[in-house]
Amino acid sequence: MANTKMPMAKALNESLRKALETDPKVLIMGEDVGKLGGVFRITDGLQKDFGEERVIDTPLAESGIVGTAIGMALRGYRPVVEIQFDGFVFPAYDQIVTQLAKMHARALGKVKLPVVVRIPYGGGIGAVEHHSESPEALFAHVAGLKCVSPSNASDAYWMMQQAIASDDPVIFFEPKRRYWDKGEVDTEAIPGPLHGAVIAREGTDLTLAAYGPMVKTCLEAAAAAEEEGRSLEVLDLRSMSPVDFDAIQASVERTRRLVVVHEAPVFLGTGSEIAARITERCFYHLEAPVLRVGGFHAPYPPARLEDEYLPNLDRVLDAVDRALAY
Amino acid sequence: MTVESTAARSKPRRSSGKRTTTSGARKRSQSAARPELVQLLTPEGERVEHPDYSLDLTPDELRGLYRDMVLTRRFDAEATALQRQGELGLWASLLGQEAAQIGSGRALRDDDYVFPTYREHGVAWCRGVDPTNLLGMFRGVNNGGWDPYSNNFHLYTIVIGSQALHATGYAMGVAKDGADSAVIAYFGDGASSQGDVAEAFTFSAVYNAPVVFFCQNNQWAISEPTEKQSRVPIYQRAAGFGFPGVRVDGNDVLAVLAVTRAALERARAGEGPTLVEAFTYRMGAHTTSDDPTRYRKDAEREEWEAKDPILRLRTYLEKEGLVDADWLAGLDRESDALALRVREAIRTMPDPDTMAIFENVYADGHALVDEERAQFAEYLASFADEEGR
Repeated sequence: MANTKMPMAKALNESLRKALETDPKVLIMGEDVGKLGGVFRITDGLQKDFGEERVIDTPLAESGIVGTAIGMALRGYRPVVEIQFDGFVFPAYDQIVTQLAKMHARALGKVKLPVVVRIPYGGGIGAVEHHSESPEALFAHVAGLKCVSPSNASDAYWMMQQAIASDDPVIFFEPKRRYWDKGEVDTEAIPGPLHGAVIAREGTDLTLAAYGPMVKTCLEAAAAAEEEGRSLEVLDLRSMSPVDFDAIQASVERTRRLVVVHEAPVFLGTGSEIAARITERCFYHLEAPVLRVGGFHAPYPPARLEDEYLPNLDRVLDAVDRALAY
Repeated sequence: MTVESTAARSKPRRSSGKRTTTSGARKRSQSAARPELVQLLTPEGERVEHPDYSLDLTPDELRGLYRDMVLTRRFDAEATALQRQGELGLWASLLGQEAAQIGSGRALRDDDYVFPTYREHGVAWCRGVDPTNLLGMFRGVNNGGWDPYSNNFHLYTIVIGSQALHATGYAMGVAKDGADSAVIAYFGDGASSQGDVAEAFTFSAVYNAPVVFFCQNNQWAISEPTEKQSRVPIYQRAAGFGFPGVRVDGNDVLAVLAVTRAALERARAGEGPTLVEAFTYRMGAHTTSDDPTRYRKDAEREEWEAKDPILRLRTYLEKEGLVDADWLAGLDRESDALALRVREAIRTMPDPDTMAIFENVYADGHALVDEERAQFAEYLASFADEEGR
């Protein structure tokens, strides 16, 4: 299996399998990750092949999952924990913010916490409350954590490998509505850096910067814009902490316009930080203010409204129109 | 290891034969008539026996426990004084809890691992952590900073109860490794209300983790008495999680040692967690910022003074003829020397370099930290230019 087409969910599964095979210290922990294979089947078959000692069904307590993962990391293990849904991470938020993020600094570098916290996030699957949120800014804001989100199957495979290999805690946001999108995965490729952005589509008139589920939306918007004679560049940021500002800057210096797109609420979101920093870095290159497209300052709506709430092709193109009108 | 901290710590036992566990915890549940509080040394210094817990110590070991408690109290008093003199920003005194900490600390083997709160100065002493290392965070030059692996003594944890989960996870790792070490998690009566402590009970019970939960019930969580935390005695909570709980006289160093040893042996034998509630008293304030006169009566403190952990062991040692005036005078001199060493270490403890702000944020580095470090260095350098005319 060198180059295979598979859904993102399968790519994540293969990546976890590879990690379990190659490093005996890697553990999988979470609710229903064993026999069931996780509610999204990301850990399907892993407990059967690696046993209950390495693929651990935990009690239904998120703080307990992350807190015990910290303890196991202190003992030399590399736990990969699953939070079942974005909206259920908050009982673990205290452990993540006060312990996981800060213990390395507290110990003046004498302990390392190579813990990966996997969070299926974002909307678009018609779910009930607490199953469609995008809380990445709440984690990216915390020094000591790294936050990433793949947009495609290949990145899902490789970024998971790199996150597990990282000696820092990584919050790994999985775009759940893209779990079933297929893509080529080359398991013998040489991946780029975990926190580096990549150009998903080249363009000259404006840069769309996105990560996770919105990369596909932006690519669709760029294809639609091309029909109208507009050339949009799509930058897949891949990492929300650190953000690859150099890559955004390089793109914006060419296109002179930037629209940042994410599902998370715009207010104090990743896009706000990008807008501020790119304005500082590219003030004389910009032909328009940096615009943001994202969620509203309102609770994630009931599923019947999520198509209107979520940024889609039209909302992205509306922002593109506004940016190009300056 | 510090020079002072030389009292006998049990060596790791790699026994090939079948391990025998202390029968105490299991017997207890069958005998409701037994006294609730395990005690081997009364406040009057009388050695008493307990049906489930026995202890046979040599004179050297008994003197060692006394010495540990005296030196710990002296160190603690010195730290309080240093705070009053402005050398420390804050101090969390352990005054009154010496027996709970020394008794449990001396029950540990070198390969056992400790997860403390921020008040376990006596346990740190037993682990051989240099006392001056504990003062860095209270002075504000670091947030801990000692190497937890060098003494198997984790960093102080300030968020209440968080470390109970770390201890449980660490113990799960110990079990995975097939090691026969045990893990001990310290926390207080206030922390017993925290969800993390309840979750640690759940996880440790479900996975049968080799961990001892050592709750020092010092009767006060800042201003709130224990009855504001629990309707049942804290040790009884363990039953609901499916493992034994035991209440020990936390001012009786012998009983604490015996009970903790039994709990650790039980963990090592693969029998899972135990909750030890050491019933003790916080003689001082919560921290140097606290004023206990606002919420508790002097009479209560006086009542507990009569149960002082150090005094009762001294009474016993003198009565048995195990210490004499020369030995006690020698210990006084040792205490003075320790206090002096601590005082000098604090007064010469350097402030960290400003750029330490950016150090150890990440193990593998982070572009934003690098950028901000460079910008701040440049900003600071601009002042240096001005000062240099």
